[in-house]
Amino acid sequence: MSRWPPETMERAHAIIARYPEKRSAVMPLLYLAQHLEGRLTDDGMRQVADLVDLTPAQVQSVASFYTMYKRDEVGTYLVSVCTSISCMLLGGEDVLAAIEDETGVRDGETRADGLVSVEHVECIGACGGAPAVQVNYELVEGVTPENGRKLCRWLLDGRPRVVLGDEMQELFGGQRSFDWGPVEREGAVGPVPAFGPYGTAEEIR
Amino acid sequence: MTILTGRMEAHRADSHTMARYRETGGYTALRKALLEMTPEQVHEEVKASNIRGRGGAGFPTGVKWGFLAASEPRYLVVNGDESEPGTFKDRQLLERDPHQMVEGIIISAYALNVHHAFVYIRGEYPRPARRVQRAVDEAYEAGLLGRDILGTGFDLDVTVHLGGGAYICGEETALLNSLEGRRGEPRIKPPFPAVEGLYAKPTIVNNVETLSNVPWMILNGGAAYDAIGPEGSKGTRLFSLSGHVKRPGNYEIEMGLTWRDFIYGHGGGIRGDREIKTWIPGGASAPWLFPEHLDEPITIDDAGRLDTMLGSGAVVVMDETTNVVKAALSVVKFFAHESCGQCTPCREGTSWMQRVLERILSGQGRAMDLDLLLDISDNISPGLRWPPAMTTICPLGPSAVSPITSILRRFRDEVEAMIPGVSAGV
Repeated sequence: MSRWPPETMERAHAIIARYPEKRSAVMPLLYLAQHLEGRLTDDGMRQVADLVDLTPAQVQSVASFYTMYKRDEVGTYLVSVCTSISCMLLGGEDVLAAIEDETGVRDGETRADGLVSVEHVECIGACGGAPAVQVNYELVEGVTPENGRKLCRWLLDGRPRVVLGDEMQELFGGQRSFDWGPVEREGAVGPVPAFGPYGTAEEIR
Repeated sequence: MTILTGRMEAHRADSHTMARYRETGGYTALRKALLEMTPEQVHEEVKASNIRGRGGAGFPTGVKWGFLAASEPRYLVVNGDESEPGTFKDRQLLERDPHQMVEGIIISAYALNVHHAFVYIRGEYPRPARRVQRAVDEAYEAGLLGRDILGTGFDLDVTVHLGGGAYICGEETALLNSLEGRRGEPRIKPPFPAVEGLYAKPTIVNNVETLSNVPWMILNGGAAYDAIGPEGSKGTRLFSLSGHVKRPGNYEIEMGLTWRDFIYGHGGGIRGDREIKTWIPGGASAPWLFPEHLDEPITIDDAGRLDTMLGSGAVVVMDETTNVVKAALSVVKFFAHESCGQCTPCREGTSWMQRVLERILSGQGRAMDLDLLLDISDNISPGLRWPPAMTTICPLGPSAVSPITSILRRFRDEVEAMIPGVSAGV
């Protein structure tokens, strides 16, 4: 018995087919469930459990292990600020404070209007471009507190449907870890990593 | 000498595409391996290169391959869960030259008689994952993946898999659990993955950078790779440099140069021309080095002689203004957050160390806190030696001890000065 629309079920079966054993599809399917509803609901996890022949409790035990699976309401824009060692040394905590102040959201919380969540995160692999920020897991490097504020205003005023890393880097970034090369046209819609095979990425023409 | 980064330096706009990869000699190593060499010969070249794994542990890759049990199916898993604080080199390889790794995967799978490989990429790396997936798609379209590759009868599928935001999945057995759709908790070894890995089948887990070197080895020979760099630290290596340096970034270097050459030459020295205070030589897990070590050579074995490690190749530089308690807290907090919770000494110890450091930093420290930190550390890593002894399944707990011993052995006076009543030197 399916709770998801047919096209999502089709996507789910394509994901399962990527693995020798069904259970390996749990994590991708959890992303799909989260993408569909904006967060992981009990229904979403039950659907995943049905698809891979696990109990809902088994699926929940997986989901609760990983920080990127969100049980609670998450904003349209999840702003993650790195405060691990390299970012900390170059002012990541000041960037976090500026972003909290500008959005009115404290670390770990979501705004009442559901537009934005703010969280501090452990190392996101952007140490050469510290301090680093991600919006829906799309990266911006070399962010100053002032540019962190501007980034938030841009999100809240412009409400981009697809979040693109290159666009944010161009507008609000600075020092990069390395040359990113050509511009990417794929980006994130909602607080789930944008990855084609999971159906969580969208392209801008 | 560049093996890994030449193409991306020369072809900024399209180094990640099949067209550019082929135009610059890509997939000729694959042709050579599959059409002119036996799997055993490919393995021999990798063994002869004497490359040591680039993920952190530095185990010889050719030797690891030799442990793969004979039964089928067997799997190759690429570890792209790069999460060690300070490390961002695999991200560059995945984004800027994914075909180099894909070619390395196909050649390695041929050598290992593997027909399904997985690339596990951390969840916070969607852009690298997209680039790798595109490269894999292009390889399928070109007949370099799938059935009967190059008409040799060799079949290989590659699945790109995203993690969920858990550092511990960089530990190979935790990664395998995660890839099986389980919590990313490390397994007790033995059995090692080469005997019982993914789905309890023989599995080789190799780092992104390690496999990216394989095409070059096949084209130029393992002996040519072995001719680069000092004994025990062969080939070039991609180091991530960050912190208080003027020119942070990834640098592909031959090992054997000095820390001074690396930090002051490549890195341009310290921001504001301040003095260097300390640096982490191999990712957050590594014990720190100090100014008297600047003229020591950067090799895996020399780092070991100095009771530390090159680990994942991440160098984090701290200048004279750095509050070492704050820096150590940042590292300890990381490990406390990332502890999987299986082993009591790590689960409890890391979070208590975090709380004690926070207390010291806030000016509420007590005279006994330094000994308390060492006592907790000793419960996680008895004897506080290097390489660390462990009371835990995996090395995450002992990793959290590195910053503690580093600051208490070197900067004890600075830490004491932050504790009311101790600063007088009693």
